[in-house]
Amino acid sequence: MSDSTSIIHAHQFDDAAQQHEASWLGMWVFLATEVMFFGGMFLGYTIYRTTYPQAFADASNHLDIWLGTINTAVLIGSSLTMALAVRSAQLDARKPLVLFLILTLVLGVVFLGIKFTEYYAKFEEHLVPGGAFEYADPLAHAAEILFSFYFAMTGMHALHMVIGLGLLTTLVVKTRRGRFSVSYNTPVELVGLYWHFVDIVWIFLFPLLYLLGRHLR
Amino acid sequence: MNSQHVISIRFYATIFGALLALTLSTAGVAFIDLGGNLNTIVALAIAIIKALLVILFFMHVRYSSRLTWVFVGAGFFWILILLTLTMTDPLTRDWLETTIGR
Repeated sequence: MSDSTSIIHAHQFDDAAQQHEASWLGMWVFLATEVMFFGGMFLGYTIYRTTYPQAFADASNHLDIWLGTINTAVLIGSSLTMALAVRSAQLDARKPLVLFLILTLVLGVVFLGIKFTEYYAKFEEHLVPGGAFEYADPLAHAAEILFSFYFAMTGMHALHMVIGLGLLTTLVVKTRRGRFSVSYNTPVELVGLYWHFVDIVWIFLFPLLYLLGRHLR
Repeated sequence: MNSQHVISIRFYATIFGALLALTLSTAGVAFIDLGGNLNTIVALAIAIIKALLVILFFMHVRYSSRLTWVFVGAGFFWILILLTLTMTDPLTRDWLETTIGR
């Protein structure tokens, strides 16, 4: 595959272009199942939020809107560097490709670091659902439901980030070994699609979790 | 050579700038009481615009084949079906209670 002059494709495909198209469609099918995976949680969230709108709005104000906004910017920034990595791969620019992949990795780690400090604060404030949950409000149970969704959804999102970091590391190693060329860089593109998808999940999580009750204060 | 569309760095930067501006505006608007459900509607509208920018340009769907559009569209249309059809139940229970439940 590293030979850039002749493009090798698997025997079931007519040519490399068809193989490339099939890879993209396959990745999008996988991402559609990811939409289903996160969709169930978004649905549960929607049902409980329409049931307890006031409690959700109050509980939402306990999340750190500034850290949430900064993290959104960090993740969008990582999407930019990922897009530039794919661009570098398309142009066969190996050094910029490694640079942008590592930048994406670093921004991903920054996101998880900020997420970790937020989680830590929630543990200290006794806002983690379970036996230690403390919330001075008659609707404490409804608030606990919001925090359950918060931890489940951001936790699953964070897990996807960790998997993404693993994929990016693999790409860096493979790029260093010269496995990609202008005629074969599909793995870079597909990891790019995955990373952008994880970004999109957060784009919806941020307003739905952090921005519910600020205007009611 | 695959049918890959190379986008200029300047254009990527423009999309990034738009996404940042939308992020700041959604956080800012959250502090203003727009009344009723308007806060939620605005927040979701901004999120959808941001998602579209990412899908169309960062994910290159704008430059992809029609078949790719079908696959992408099916994935996101599905979640609309899930949310809309399910919410027809909890959102309309009050209607029954007011007419039958008394």
